Amino acid sequence: MTAMEFLMLTKGPLFQAALAVFALGVLVRLVEIFALGRAHNYAAPRGSAVAGGLRTMYKRFEPNPGTFKAAPFDVVVGMVWHIGFIIALLLFIPHVELIKSTFGIAWPALPNPVVDAVTAITLLGLIAALVHRLAQPVKRFLSTPEDYLIWGVTFLVMLTGWLAYHRMINPYPLALGIHILAAEIFLVVLPFTKLSHIFTAFVARYYNGAIFGRKGVQS
Amino acid sequence: MTEAVLTPGADLPERGTEQSAGSFSLARGLNALREEMDAPVASFFSSCVHCGLCATACPFYVETGDPKYTPIHKLEPMRILWEQEFTFWGKLKSTLREKLPLEKWGLDKLGLDKLVGGKQVTDAMLAEWEPLLYDSCTMCGRCSMVCPVGNDIHYMIRKAREGQVASGHSPEGLIAASVRAVNTGSPMGLKWKTLDVQIKHVEQSTGLEVPIDKQGADYLVLLSSMEIINFPEYLEALTKIFAHAGVSWTLSQQCFEATNAGIQIGSKDIAATLVQRVVDAAEALGVKNVISPECGHAYTAIRWEGPNAIKRAYPFKVFHIIEVLEQLRAEGRIKTEGKEDDRLSMHDPCNLARKSGVIQQQRNLMDLVADEFVDLKEHGKMQWCCGAGGGVSSNERAEELKLAAFKKKKAQIEEVEPDRMVTMCATCRTQLEEGLEEYTMDIPVVGLTELIADHLVESDDERVTSKE
Amino acid sequence: MATASPQRTDGRPAPTPQPTLGESLRRNGVSRRGFMQFCAATASLMALPPSMAPAIAAALESARRPSVIWLSFQECTGCTESLTRSFSPTVENLILDTISLDYHHTLQAAAGDAAEHAREEAMHANAGEYLVVVDGSLPGPKANPGYSTIAGISNYDMLMETVADAAAVIAVGSCAAFGGLPKADPNPSGAVSVQDLIKDKPVINVSGCPPVPMVITGVLAQYLTFGKLPELDQYNRPLAFFGQSIHDRCYRRPFYDKGLFAETFDDEGAKKGWCLYRLGCKGPMTYNACATMKWNGGVSWPVESGAPCLGCSEPDFWDAGGFYDALSVPPGRSGDMLLAAGAAGVAVGTGAGLLARSKARTAEKQHETVTAEQLEEKL
Repeated sequence: MTAMEFLMLTKGPLFQAALAVFALGVLVRLVEIFALGRAHNYAAPRGSAVAGGLRTMYKRFEPNPGTFKAAPFDVVVGMVWHIGFIIALLLFIPHVELIKSTFGIAWPALPNPVVDAVTAITLLGLIAALVHRLAQPVKRFLSTPEDYLIWGVTFLVMLTGWLAYHRMINPYPLALGIHILAAEIFLVVLPFTKLSHIFTAFVARYYNGAIFGRKGVQS
Repeated sequence: MTEAVLTPGADLPERGTEQSAGSFSLARGLNALREEMDAPVASFFSSCVHCGLCATACPFYVETGDPKYTPIHKLEPMRILWEQEFTFWGKLKSTLREKLPLEKWGLDKLGLDKLVGGKQVTDAMLAEWEPLLYDSCTMCGRCSMVCPVGNDIHYMIRKAREGQVASGHSPEGLIAASVRAVNTGSPMGLKWKTLDVQIKHVEQSTGLEVPIDKQGADYLVLLSSMEIINFPEYLEALTKIFAHAGVSWTLSQQCFEATNAGIQIGSKDIAATLVQRVVDAAEALGVKNVISPECGHAYTAIRWEGPNAIKRAYPFKVFHIIEVLEQLRAEGRIKTEGKEDDRLSMHDPCNLARKSGVIQQQRNLMDLVADEFVDLKEHGKMQWCCGAGGGVSSNERAEELKLAAFKKKKAQIEEVEPDRMVTMCATCRTQLEEGLEEYTMDIPVVGLTELIADHLVESDDERVTSKE
Repeated sequence: MATASPQRTDGRPAPTPQPTLGESLRRNGVSRRGFMQFCAATASLMALPPSMAPAIAAALESARRPSVIWLSFQECTGCTESLTRSFSPTVENLILDTISLDYHHTLQAAAGDAAEHAREEAMHANAGEYLVVVDGSLPGPKANPGYSTIAGISNYDMLMETVADAAAVIAVGSCAAFGGLPKADPNPSGAVSVQDLIKDKPVINVSGCPPVPMVITGVLAQYLTFGKLPELDQYNRPLAFFGQSIHDRCYRRPFYDKGLFAETFDDEGAKKGWCLYRLGCKGPMTYNACATMKWNGGVSWPVESGAPCLGCSEPDFWDAGGFYDALSVPPGRSGDMLLAAGAAGVAVGTGAGLLARSKARTAEKQHETVTAEQLEEKL
C-alpha cells in the first residue's frame, strides 16, 4: 500500500465507518439515558428546574474558588488541555474545512502558528495530566485501564496532528493518514468509553442543575 | 453466569444463614438498586472521568487523606450494576467477556478483562461498601457542587443506600433508630409524656399557652427528639416569638416528631411511614402550613422527599422555622431590641442551605440581632458539613470518622475566630458542641431561634391579651 | 547508489566520433558566460556550494555525449512537450542537443523498422553505458499487452529488452514514475510504473505531470557532471529538486499562516492572491520544484496563476479526491451516512433505553416493602 492509498483509505472508507460508529454510538448513549426517564416529583418547587439546569450546563465550566484552591494543578492543567484540544479541533483551518464538507457549516479559524503553539501546550498538558494521574493518590486509586486507554487515544490524536503539521513523518500523505486514523480511533472509542462525557456531561450538568434548581439552589 | 448471580432469589454464600425468608438479601438489594436507576443516574455515571475533584470537596477525604473516601468511589457497586444492566454497551461487554477467551490470550493479566465486563456486584462487595456509604458520607452534597461534569453524587448516595438496606448492609445504629422511630414515634424512643412535661415547663416559665391539637391553626409545629432532649430552649423561644408575632400555631399529639430515620438509613418505605404520620396529623388538624424545626434532614424529609415517598402532593405547605421567622421579620411582625455585641459566625446546615436554598433568610435574621456577624469563608451553598449529618451521628461505628470530618469545620471556624457560633440544626449544633469541646475550643453554639427570642421587644403581654 | 561512467571503458571505437559537450556548446554559439551561469544554477539546484560551479563546468566541457534511448509508452507526450517547448535557446535544450538522443518516437525522423533498428543499434553500440529515459506507464506483465505496443512489440518486452544493458533508467513524468493517469482507478490497462518492473538497475524518478523542464535537464546535467546518480528521496526522486514541499516554498504561504483564503476563484481573496488551500491546493503534500524554479522560463507557475496545486508529482495524486476539495476534506459526502447512522443510533438507543426502563419498573413491581419488623430482625 502506498502512502497515498493509505491516506485515501483513512480519508475515505475508514472515515465514513468511524463517523457511522461515532454517530450511532453517541446517539445510543444519549437516547438510552433519556429513555430511562425520571419519576414524577410531587414536592412543590422553590425555583425553576429548567433554568437551574441550563445555568449549570454553563456554570460548571468555571471552577469554584474552593476547588481551585484545593486542587490548582487539576484545574489549571485540566482547563488548559481541554481548551487546547477544542481550539485545535475546531479552529484549525483544515479541520474547519473538514467540518464544512461534512456538516455544511463553517466558522473563522485561527492562524496556524497559533494552533501549533496551542497544540504543543496541549500535548504538554496531557503529559502533565498523565503524570498527575499516576502520582496523585486519589486519581491513581480511581484509575482503571480505560482511563489510560482514553488518555492514549486523546494524546495520539494531538501528537500525530502535530507531527503531521511539522512534517516529522514522511511522506506527508502517510503523516496525514496516521493523524486521520488516530482521529478515527478516537471517534470509534468515544461512545464506548468515558470519552462520551464530551456529550453526556452536559446532560449530567443539566440534571444536576435541575435537581438543585428546583430547590432554589444555583449549583 | 452473570444472570445467575443477579437473578433474584439466588443463593448467597455470605450471611446466608442470618437471612430468613422474606428478609434482606443480595437479590433484594440489587432489586432495590434497579428501582433507583433513572436518567440522571445514567447521565452521571456516563460522565465521570475519574478526575477525583469530588474528593477535594469531601470532609471525610480531606481530613483523612484516604482515597477510598472519594465520593464517586462510594457508588462503585451501583455503577457496576448500572453499566452491566442498564447500558447497551455494558450488556455487550458482559457478553463479550463471557464469549472471549481472555485468559487464554493472556489478556486478563493486562487488565483488559477490566475493560471488558468488569467485576460483579456481590454480597461481600455491598458489605464492604457499607462503611463507605454510611460512615463516611453525610449526604451533604458538597461534591455535587464541584463535579466538573455535573454529577450529583449525593443524589446517587441516597439511592445507593436503598440497596444497602434491602441487602441487609446498613449500620446497626440507623437500623435501631428506624425501628424506634416506627415503633415509638421517635428515633430516640421519646414519648409525648416527656414532651408534655416540657410543655408545662415552658408554659410556666413564659406564662404563655403552648397550643395543642388546635383545629385550623395556621401552622403545625413539629419538633425533633434531639431538640426536646438537648435543646429544650427551642420550644420556649418559639412559643415567645409566635406569641409576639401573633402567629396561630399548634402542636399535635398525634405526631410531634419531624425527623425521619428512613431518609437517613435510605429506605423510602420507612420514610413514607414516618412522613405519612406528619401528613395525617396536619390533615387531621386542617392546618395550612407545617413547620419543620431546627433540624436539617427533617426539612429535606418533609419538604422534598415526603411527597415523593407517599406519592402525592400535600394539601399544606412546608417551611423550615427559619423561613417562617424570616417571613415574619419581612412583614415587620418581629420587633427586636438590642443586639449581641460579641463576634458571631454561622454554620449553615447542609440540608437547609445547599440542599434547600435557605441561605439569605438566616443572614437577614442575624442582622436583626447581631452587631458583629462574620460569615465563614465558604458558606451558604458551598459551606462545609459539620460531619454528623446523613445518619452519621446515629451510627456509633462512625464516631471516629465523624470527629475527623469535623476538623474541616474547625479549621473554618478558626479562620474567622468568632466568639460564638450560630446554627439552626440540632444535629449540627450537637456536633459543633462536641467537636469544639474535643478540641478544647471555648466557642459556645447557639440556635438562631433562641437568639431572636432573646431580643424580642417586651410587649408580649399586650399581644397575648389582644389575641385572646 | 550505483555509479555509471559516461566514459567508455571497453575501448571499443564509437560508431561515430562524439564531440564533447564543450565543443558542441561552442559550435551552437553558447557563450562561456551563459555556460557558467548554467553551471552555477545547476550547482545551486543540487545544493552544492557555488565554488563547485567551475568543477561542474570542467566536467561538463569534457563530458562526451552519452547515448540516450527515450521510450514512450502510455503517455500523452506532455513530458516531451515540456522539455522541448522551453524558451529558445536555453542551455537546457542545448544540453539535450548534445546528448545523443538515438531513439525518440516524437522527435526522430526515422519511422517504422528503421526507427526500431536505430534503437537496437544504439543498444549494441553503447551496451552498459546508455541511459534509458521512459515516459508513460506500461501494461504490466500480467496485463493484456495489447493495450500498448510499438512496432508489434509490447511495452513490457521493449522496456525489459532495452533496459537489460542500460547504465540507468530515468522515469520522466508521473506516469513512468508512479503509473500516472493510466493507472487511475479502475486502471483498465493494468498500468504499472517503471520502478515496479526494474529492480536490478538504478531508476531515477523525475515526477510531475509534466515535470519542470529544468528538472529533467538538471538530472541529466548532474549525471553527466559527476557520472553518478543523484541523492534520491523515498520515491527515488532527486532530493535536490523534490526535497521541499510546494507549501513550504510557496510565496502565498504567509496568507495560509494568517488564515487568509480565496473562497472562490473570483472573489476578493483570489484577486488579492490569498492562499488557495480552501480551493483544493495540494501544496502541503506535494514535493516539487515549481515554487522555486517556476515554468516557462521562470515566468509563472500554477499557484501564481491562481490555480491550486493538483499535487501532480505525488504517487496516486490521480486518485486522491477532488482537485478542488481541500486536502482535509474526505472524498464523497457523509451526510446521508450520518443521517442513517444517527437514525440507527436513535432506534437502538430507544430500544435499549426502554428495555432498561422496563427493568427498573419491573424491579419496582418486585419491590418488597422494608418494614420495622424486618429491620428489627437485624438487631
